[in-house]
Amino acid sequence: MKTKDTSRANKAEHLSRTRRNSGYVLKSRIRKGTVSVLRALLLFGLCFMIIQPIISRIGVSLMTESDLYDSTIVLLPRHVTLENYKIVFDLTSFLRKDFPFLDSMLNTLWVSLVVSVLQALSCTLVGYGFARYSFPLKKFWFGCVVAMIIIPPQTISTALYANFNAFDIFGIFTALTGKPLNLLKSTIPYMLMSLTCMGLKDGLYIYMLRTYFQGIPKSVEEAAFVDGCSTMHTLVRIMLPDAVPTIMSCFLFSFVWQWTDLFYTRNFFKGINMYSTKLSTMYSQMARYFSKDANVSVVVSQAREQQLINIGVLICIIPLIILYVFTQKTFVQSIAMSGSKE
Amino acid sequence: MAKNLSPDRWSLKEGVGAFIPWMGSYKTMRARNARTGVLFILPFIIGFCLFMVVPLIESIQFSLNDVTLVPGEGYSLSWNSFYNYRYAFTIDATFTQYLIDESGKMVINTIATLVMSFVLAVILNQNFKGRTLARAIFFLPVILSSGVLAGIESQSQTFNMLSAMSEEAANASGINISASLQSLLSISGVGSGIFDIIFDMIDAIYDIVMASGIQIIVFLSGLSAISPSLYEAADVEGCTAWEAFWKITFPMLSPLLLVNTIYTIIDFFMKNSNTVMEHINTLQNNSQYGQAAAQSWIYFAVALAFIGISSFIISKGVSSSEN
Repeated sequence: MKTKDTSRANKAEHLSRTRRNSGYVLKSRIRKGTVSVLRALLLFGLCFMIIQPIISRIGVSLMTESDLYDSTIVLLPRHVTLENYKIVFDLTSFLRKDFPFLDSMLNTLWVSLVVSVLQALSCTLVGYGFARYSFPLKKFWFGCVVAMIIIPPQTISTALYANFNAFDIFGIFTALTGKPLNLLKSTIPYMLMSLTCMGLKDGLYIYMLRTYFQGIPKSVEEAAFVDGCSTMHTLVRIMLPDAVPTIMSCFLFSFVWQWTDLFYTRNFFKGINMYSTKLSTMYSQMARYFSKDANVSVVVSQAREQQLINIGVLICIIPLIILYVFTQKTFVQSIAMSGSKE
Repeated sequence: MAKNLSPDRWSLKEGVGAFIPWMGSYKTMRARNARTGVLFILPFIIGFCLFMVVPLIESIQFSLNDVTLVPGEGYSLSWNSFYNYRYAFTIDATFTQYLIDESGKMVINTIATLVMSFVLAVILNQNFKGRTLARAIFFLPVILSSGVLAGIESQSQTFNMLSAMSEEAANASGINISASLQSLLSISGVGSGIFDIIFDMIDAIYDIVMASGIQIIVFLSGLSAISPSLYEAADVEGCTAWEAFWKITFPMLSPLLLVNTIYTIIDFFMKNSNTVMEHINTLQNNSQYGQAAAQSWIYFAVALAFIGISSFIISKGVSSSEN
């Protein structure tokens, strides 16, 4: 009884208040409600658009071949099978029969790890140097960093290719062994490039780290200097601990982009089996794979081809998505930070 | 003393001392600091000279010469009086076609991406439930559309026979909204050229959203840097949300517009799925190194021209809106 009274009183008060401010509160509440509904619809639609391919890929990946041609099946497979995954595993590690399980994936993993560690390391040093020290020609060198972001690697890839085909520094190797080294089959060239900040998107990482280090007040460094801290100590003990999130995000970006990279991989890792190259050449491998038992060449249907490619993509992105789920904050925050000062 | 006060001016002696350890002056603290700084960026300097400058020069040479790779010894060059450039423009049947196509696409895509990421950033900056999740999802394309994945997605014409199938089904039952709207508008004879572009954009909305991950984050960071008191003051003065958007949000974000434009253009030009890139790669795989180099230089020049033009326009626009 009492609660009914109070609620009635509340309602009356509400009404009179609405009358007094001539519906302002009510109007704004309605407007807010409409806006949030529209916003939710728009965001849901767009998010769905981003997620949908992944979901449909998962659905398609589990279908048997007959399910593919059944037009009544759209998303959920009728006959669930994991056979397709086995085929893709075989396809992507085609060269080595003795170790058929994801040979190329392991190669990609360690190459990406090594490369991204090297890139994060060298870019941290260079970014730190650009941010905290002044030296002659600094603007010029920073201009070079920006130029590096802009120049497409394709412009120099031919020359790099030729260079590493006959690698030589000032004729040292020719003098030692009689002919220049052919480094195309090894991973050394690309490791060298990552170590010297010339790898994939390194300009961007230098930029990010420089922006971060610029934000630290000068007095921190000065205090350390007055207390007798050496340059290396200042970097390792004072600067780096706070910079870990930014460095981590550079590392993660580098790892992810290296993982999916095709351009450098195709040019510099000819000797080893990499997942991205395998994925891009999967089309041509399929006919051979399916016909390897019989001596007739098999025409693989387009739907089947698409399904297998989709599985390949899925295998490629699943580790990345897991990584992203756990490190999402690091990814987004550091870009936001470096963006705010650009 | 006065010299020491201006940190960006260096005497020749100090300059030499910073780069060459055994020469010049390094007695002052400033000079020693400069040397430490140079040491820090030394990896970059070495890398830039070895793996950027040298290949760049060689690549210019390649583009002007006939190149043949000699196994085990490098390559040999012979001058062919701009044949490679003439080849690109007059003999190669597809290159100019691809170049023009891609440039046109680039202009439309860049504008669409910028508008899209701007709107999305404004929306994602508001307070609502599930904001973190939405942000995380919109950033996902940065990972999912990089490198080989982007190429594969575009090359699989039926990226998703599923979507094709559902589209067919929709066509059959007549509920393909964009197509029916398009036909309706073209029947009624409203300027079809512009509508074609807009409908192309709508059909390409997936690509646009996939390409705007980083841009959204950059705009978002700019938005979060705007102090809320500005909006409060505007609200008190009777400013509507629409006015506040054009008078506060837009001018405050316009510096980031330049960054995002450049990023978008570069991103678009460097995609593996780009037909020009594919064409150049094919040439290279056919050992037509000279032609490949020439074409990539032409391509780079076009990209640079676009970056120059757009940054000129935007910086003009930004400064005029500030005045």
